[in-house]
Amino acid sequence: MKRLIRESAAIVEVELIKLVRDPTEIISRAVQPVLWLVVFGQVLAQVRGIHTGQLSYLAFITPGILAQSVLFSAIFYGIAVIWERDLGVVHKLLVSPARRISLVFGKAVAAGFRGILQAVVIYLVALAMHVSLRLEPLAIFAVLASVMLGSGIFATFSLIIACIVKTRERFMGIGQLLTMPMFFASNAIYPLDIMPGWLRVVAQINPLTYLIDALRGLMISGGESVHGYAVDFSVMLAVFVVLLFIAVRLYPTLAE
Amino acid sequence: MNTAASDKFAIRTSALTRRFGNLTATDGIELRIPYGEIFGLLGANGAGKSTLIKMLTTLLSPTSGSAEVGGFDIIKSPGEVRRRIGYVSQLVSADGALTGYENLRLSAKLYGLPATERGERIASALEFMGLADTAHRLVKTYSGGMIRRLELAQAMLHRPAILFLDEPTIGLDPVARRMVWDRLLNLRRDYGMTVLITTHDMEEAETLSDELAILHAGRISVVGKPAELRAGLGAEATMDDVFIHYAGGLIHESGTFSEVARNRRTAQRLG
Repeated sequence: MKRLIRESAAIVEVELIKLVRDPTEIISRAVQPVLWLVVFGQVLAQVRGIHTGQLSYLAFITPGILAQSVLFSAIFYGIAVIWERDLGVVHKLLVSPARRISLVFGKAVAAGFRGILQAVVIYLVALAMHVSLRLEPLAIFAVLASVMLGSGIFATFSLIIACIVKTRERFMGIGQLLTMPMFFASNAIYPLDIMPGWLRVVAQINPLTYLIDALRGLMISGGESVHGYAVDFSVMLAVFVVLLFIAVRLYPTLAE
Repeated sequence: MNTAASDKFAIRTSALTRRFGNLTATDGIELRIPYGEIFGLLGANGAGKSTLIKMLTTLLSPTSGSAEVGGFDIIKSPGEVRRRIGYVSQLVSADGALTGYENLRLSAKLYGLPATERGERIASALEFMGLADTAHRLVKTYSGGMIRRLELAQAMLHRPAILFLDEPTIGLDPVARRMVWDRLLNLRRDYGMTVLITTHDMEEAETLSDELAILHAGRISVVGKPAELRAGLGAEATMDDVFIHYAGGLIHESGTFSEVARNRRTAQRLG
């Protein structure tokens, strides 16, 4: 376990150094969720066409937009992995005695830290728009843990796709193909109970749904988790473990 | 340095074969490379050099046959093999967004060097490669020769018994190339490292190699000392003649699109 932590921490450290040195990606990725909240959220809130219980529509979609931001930011992590493969960085890592799980887990944790930066941006925008947020330390800590876990899931999923497609061009196409359906087949911008039956089934097997469900209860005053936090975190953890197992098996194929 | 004292061969392969579908990239490779030797591996693009190196460095599984590196089987004990080897890829693997020091620190951590030794080992490797003054500059500001020396520093940081270098001087100008050669010879002199180097450069092969093998269509055409191989073709024979004779004379026709593109990308990044 100590070895896993040491090796993963080495990967996380270099990712964070690079992020701090060149924060343009964080800034550019912050634009889209801000637009969703400021434009889409405000306009749809005026329509009052979607019943969101006791929450305002803006409060309802804020956790959904955070989860979307986590998804979009993490799902393109595979591009960076393919870039590292083209540069030979992957070969260098795989020739080292570091365990494969450390290399993959380190990438997932680094994606989590990127997700946390997105969360900070969305908290600030939501506060500026008078969304009633839960600001107790424990709730914020749980939100950050959810974001770390969600980022880890989607970054690892992205790494698996990268290992299969192996080129940036193919990845871009598949990445676009996956992100929007995952977003719309979730409870991000409308509740599950207004979905047609088939879409609700898809949403129930979409890990994004459980991330949003947990965030809605933990982030918004008066919000609640429909499935319950135990279910949300158990599903997310189980999905992460399965994806991690697959990614560890596939990651070495990038150097073949 | 980690070596298996009971075996005088750093690398030993037996009928090592790798197939990709119908293509046989390496076919029944038999090699014996003693500890402390610089061994050159030559061959046209697509001859199987990189596939062989990938198998020996545990990046690729053989289809059949076996190999021991540093006294350990590449299939049964890949972790032990990795602890005993250093690798400089044909590609530019140093991270341009990090400083030279940060690149080395990452390697030190992944190779499990104790925290108390890391600083001294990194300083020593930087000094050895002539990069001490530029250690805290971003690697993307380095020249091609500096990048290759940094990659050598990364590969030697944990004092491996065996170094694998896949075309380490591709894309370098003559001065930078000479500097890399000097460092390689010093590594062998000071640390007794065994080096397996692939190259297309006949001058490099002759200058560095104690012994070399020429691969052709996945098979070893010949193994021998450079001078002996030249003498075998006549008094006036050059290494180019040796290469053309044993590599099938297809040097201008070989190489896939992706190999050519990769080599040009590497040359461009180092240039």
